[in-house]
Amino acid sequence: MHDMTLTELARALEAGEFTSRQLTESLLERIEHLDGELNSFISVTAEQALAAADAADDARTRGEAGPLTGLPLALKDIFCTEGVKTSCGSKMLDNFIAPYDANVVEKLKAAGTVSLGKTNMDEFAMGSSNENSHYGPVKNPWDLSAVPGGSSGGSAAAVAAGLVPAALGTDTGGSIRQPAAFCGITGLKPTYGRVSRYGMVAYASSLDQAGPMARTAEDCALLLSAIAGHDLRDSTSVARGVPDYRAELGTSLSGLKIGLPKEYFGDGLDPAVESAIREAVKVYESLGATVQEVSLPHTHHAIPAYYVIAPAEASSNLSRYDGVRFGHRCDAPKDLEDLYKRSRAEGFGDEVKRRILIGTHTLSEGFFDAYYKKAQQVRRLIRQDFMDAFEEVDVLMGPSTPTPAFDLGANKDPVSMYLQDIYTIAINLAGIPGISVPAGNVDGRPVGLQILGPHFAESQLLNVAHQFQQVTDWHQQRPAFGKENA
Amino acid sequence: MMQWETVIGLEVHVQLATRSKIFSGASTAFGAEPNSQACAVDLGMPGVLPVLNESAVAMAVQFGLGIDAEIPEVSIFDRKNYFYPDLPKGYQTSQMYHPIVGPGEVEITLDDGETKRIRVHHAHLEEDAGKSLHEDFHGMTGVDLNRAGTPLLEIVSEPDMRSAKEAAAYLKAIHSIVTYLGISDGNMAEGSMRCDVNVSVRPKGQEAFGTRAEIKNVNSFRFVERAIAFEVERQVELLEDGGKVVQETRLYDPDADETRSMRTKEEANDYRYFPCPDLLPVVLDDAYVDHLRTSLPELPAEKRARFQSELGLSAYDAGVLSATRAMADFFEGVKDVCGDAKLAANWVQGEFAGRLNKEGLDIASSPVSATQLGELVARVKDETINGKAAKQVFAALWDGEGDSADAIIEAKGLKQVTDTGAIEAMIDQVIADSPVQVAQYRDAEPDKRGKMIGYFVGQVMKASRGTANPQQVNGLLKEKLDALC
Repeated sequence: MHDMTLTELARALEAGEFTSRQLTESLLERIEHLDGELNSFISVTAEQALAAADAADDARTRGEAGPLTGLPLALKDIFCTEGVKTSCGSKMLDNFIAPYDANVVEKLKAAGTVSLGKTNMDEFAMGSSNENSHYGPVKNPWDLSAVPGGSSGGSAAAVAAGLVPAALGTDTGGSIRQPAAFCGITGLKPTYGRVSRYGMVAYASSLDQAGPMARTAEDCALLLSAIAGHDLRDSTSVARGVPDYRAELGTSLSGLKIGLPKEYFGDGLDPAVESAIREAVKVYESLGATVQEVSLPHTHHAIPAYYVIAPAEASSNLSRYDGVRFGHRCDAPKDLEDLYKRSRAEGFGDEVKRRILIGTHTLSEGFFDAYYKKAQQVRRLIRQDFMDAFEEVDVLMGPSTPTPAFDLGANKDPVSMYLQDIYTIAINLAGIPGISVPAGNVDGRPVGLQILGPHFAESQLLNVAHQFQQVTDWHQQRPAFGKENA
Repeated sequence: MMQWETVIGLEVHVQLATRSKIFSGASTAFGAEPNSQACAVDLGMPGVLPVLNESAVAMAVQFGLGIDAEIPEVSIFDRKNYFYPDLPKGYQTSQMYHPIVGPGEVEITLDDGETKRIRVHHAHLEEDAGKSLHEDFHGMTGVDLNRAGTPLLEIVSEPDMRSAKEAAAYLKAIHSIVTYLGISDGNMAEGSMRCDVNVSVRPKGQEAFGTRAEIKNVNSFRFVERAIAFEVERQVELLEDGGKVVQETRLYDPDADETRSMRTKEEANDYRYFPCPDLLPVVLDDAYVDHLRTSLPELPAEKRARFQSELGLSAYDAGVLSATRAMADFFEGVKDVCGDAKLAANWVQGEFAGRLNKEGLDIASSPVSATQLGELVARVKDETINGKAAKQVFAALWDGEGDSADAIIEAKGLKQVTDTGAIEAMIDQVIADSPVQVAQYRDAEPDKRGKMIGYFVGQVMKASRGTANPQQVNGLLKEKLDALC
């Protein structure tokens, strides 16, 4: 069962091959056996999961099952879940039991899904390797000496290891797509505003977006249909109808115009990754697509602009963790300043502190114009690059990451870590959707193909990814890890 | 000695009368149990997001229209970042660069009836913070977040005021505009309106402003005047002694009647303003603004002008009677019933306002309605009763001794006697009973007699139990006494 896709599981549940309870028990057992080594979960909510599975089975008996009823999944520990610890990978929130559900959690519950627990992540979603978690690093099931990517590393590793068929992640600069690439799964960052941010702990509000991580594009489509939509509690969510994202999955790619941004194939790209991506593009040509080179001339400004805007927003968003109302509070504070200083010094990890300092600096009087304002101008140029490219082509393709998963502890320098997101970060600045699909393997570590489309082109992106998965089997390959437990 | 000129600018914080908070659905009602009106959004819980309250926007725009201000098409919320225990998110959502209301003007009326226009630089929307409570916590601090997220409109004037009286008049004008519009209850005791006062002095004739001090959180008209008076004196003394005014924040202590330094600008926070990424820019189209414009009520300045031009009231009376919407509505109610604006004005400002003042009541809790007072004034106008009797009727109405002036007049037999014969009979009796006074009257110089007639009038009025028409008594008495001379 642990090897099946959401779509297959849904069919099996409907056919009565097994119950949601049996499925849930089997996966909980697998998590218990395997996750000690992988560390992909922060909290496993077995009791709630079994109750939800029973409720789903009852609903099915009553003939009230929907397309997601009884399907197990996991939630990145950034989504508030009522009555369950929501730590965001931080010591700061280690004691935080959320009093309410995030919008996406409400929707998934209402759809009858069964959450197995909360997955590990880089603290406050800041990181590209999952090494910044208070709960320890997550390992890549393809190679336990490699990182799973970040910040949604726990979600990616859990899906890749067959602990859960799908999970929700969030993506602020690549945090869904990069770990999906490193772990050989499919991950979609939707258009900014497509999915409500209500109840998702904020890192950089103008960039954060939740999305599905699963084994196939089809599964991502199924999940996106459930979580997308306008939410009155999130003013930045967009009032626009939600299509059935699976409806377009059969569309032929004949005549599809693919653009390859030349900036995504330059220095720093691992040649083995490049050849895997070029192979993938050939597959698309065989499906009737045409390919041309395009340029996104401001690409090299994306990382600097991101590391001004995201830390600026983060420095403000994280001010609420002050030890006063919730979260970590230092012992016996002498006075107010001591309470603030020690609670925050003890509660936050190094990378979070680094970004708060950067953000505080760039917003300061005398620096604001040179950093924040300039970065916003650059952001508009980057967005315009994409708009111009989509005048010429339907989708853009390139590598999700410059290399396959790197070794744990390999990137000690923060800046070399930031450069990991070189192909993903501009997409968040532009607000467009992007998907990473498995497209190769280099020395046992997966390679991800990134496909980008214009705002609200999720249906098209999912179909383009799905057509690839109809003629390739990269998405069906499984790591050796956990096979003996099959 | 050098002549000094005072320069004053005010930042007035008006709490808007929305039912729920500016960015959450929690109630804004005053006086609830601590933290009983603070939801997850007000507490700044992880993951929560603000949603702008449309009625706060409408109220801010109404204010802008009320002072003839520009209403920009786009306004933007910014975050003002600082740490404080009663500021749950670690930032206040405000409008730094693109406020909802642009430049406008407020007309103020001074005690001598002169008017002056004070320019408003802008007005912006923001959320209030909570309240830190230092009592009852044994050396600790309690935080009540009921007020956190309450919508405020901050109205920032230009430094156009030149005296404490002008500043108080401006504050009163703002108070009357917001209460007329119904966008605030204007209750200063509950903190619904408070202001920061910027004060500086400069040698008369000098163009450049002096260094200013900001007096924070002054919450009554009187305190504004006193705080400015103290501050001006302090600054002038300092300068005349060769010192320098430091740019700083000061606090007015009403008990000591002085201002004290809170912190100097050098230690001030860098608030790191930036646009709030959780809120979209507010875009107001013409149709929306026009709709609000057409539904604006008559505002104090228009009302004051109409009271003068249409009703013939003096500038002073028109000012007093239009100062609050409650006062204006009451006056107009009395006037409509009695049909005499001047009489109505006298009664509302005199007997009625005096009694309210004495009892410490506001108009809403007056036991005498505008209709009742109007009916009473109508009886004065048609001379059914004289002024003295009218005061008795008013007191009886106030004390609930009858439902209407007519009923009380009837019950107390206060109907005015205008029958000349009856009055003459009473006069004859008084003259007969007062030989000594009559003799004095007769012996006095003619120009002294006017004063002496008062005694006789008093006696006649007494004899009539106050019901005789005083003008008639006066005239007839004079005739009869002069006939004796």
